[in-house]
Amino acid sequence: MNEFKVLTRDSGNAVVMDLHGFLDAHTAPDLEKTFAELIGKGKFNIVVNFDALNYISSAGLGVFMAYIDEVRGNHGDIKLANMQQKVFNVFDLLGFPFLYEIYKDQDEALKKFNSQ
Amino acid sequence: MKRADKIENKRIFKSTTTALSEVRQFVEDNALSFGFGEKEVSEITLAVDEACTNVIKHAYQSDPNFEFEVRITAGGIEFQVVVRDWGAGFKPEEVPVPNIKGKIGRHKAGGLGIFLMRKLMDSVEFQGRETMNEVRLIRYLKNEPKP
Repeated sequence: MNEFKVLTRDSGNAVVMDLHGFLDAHTAPDLEKTFAELIGKGKFNIVVNFDALNYISSAGLGVFMAYIDEVRGNHGDIKLANMQQKVFNVFDLLGFPFLYEIYKDQDEALKKFNSQ
Repeated sequence: MKRADKIENKRIFKSTTTALSEVRQFVEDNALSFGFGEKEVSEITLAVDEACTNVIKHAYQSDPNFEFEVRITAGGIEFQVVVRDWGAGFKPEEVPVPNIKGKIGRHKAGGLGIFLMRKLMDSVEFQGRETMNEVRLIRYLKNEPKP
């Protein structure tokens, strides 16, 4: 079975979410749980590091859509970084680059938060 | 690896999301052996994952006591995947083209899967019969595969 793992770490005034493995309808609930926990703790500045994410389907994309409104409503954001090309292509097909900030490097995304 | 000119393979999967990684492996192996490149293989695999996710979640409401079938037939330049279930049917024409902006903030991403399937494949057809539903996904080999 394709594994999925999500780890979180604090960085300045933001939290980095490191995604590993395969994000599909089976594993999306794990990501949903992590978002819910962060938001429950009042953490709204979130950088998602896709560096080690090998696969995403619409079930995974749906999780980012589900939480962005609440996060932005609390003056935060979900910024996406370090995507492999094949993962970026899926986001791109659905028009995410118009609605989310997507960075080549997670440090760029963190700088945006830390300069606020 | 020698390219397979003709493919006829079928597998039955349990209606549970844990089966999705097995489905992807099955599709990936066949698409690779038919001569698709890495990018095409990942696109075909994603489209089939979306079709199967719909079956598991909507046709069978994630009840693992049911099964669905994935049948791959390929020849010439055509690679065809048929996903067949015996659960609740649906009308794809009633699923609107997703407006990502409009969906933001809702805990449902419905319609994204079908949208992706249509973007990623050359042809996607849904067919509902009396007791069976089929999704037929076709992708053509655009370039002659390397010998």
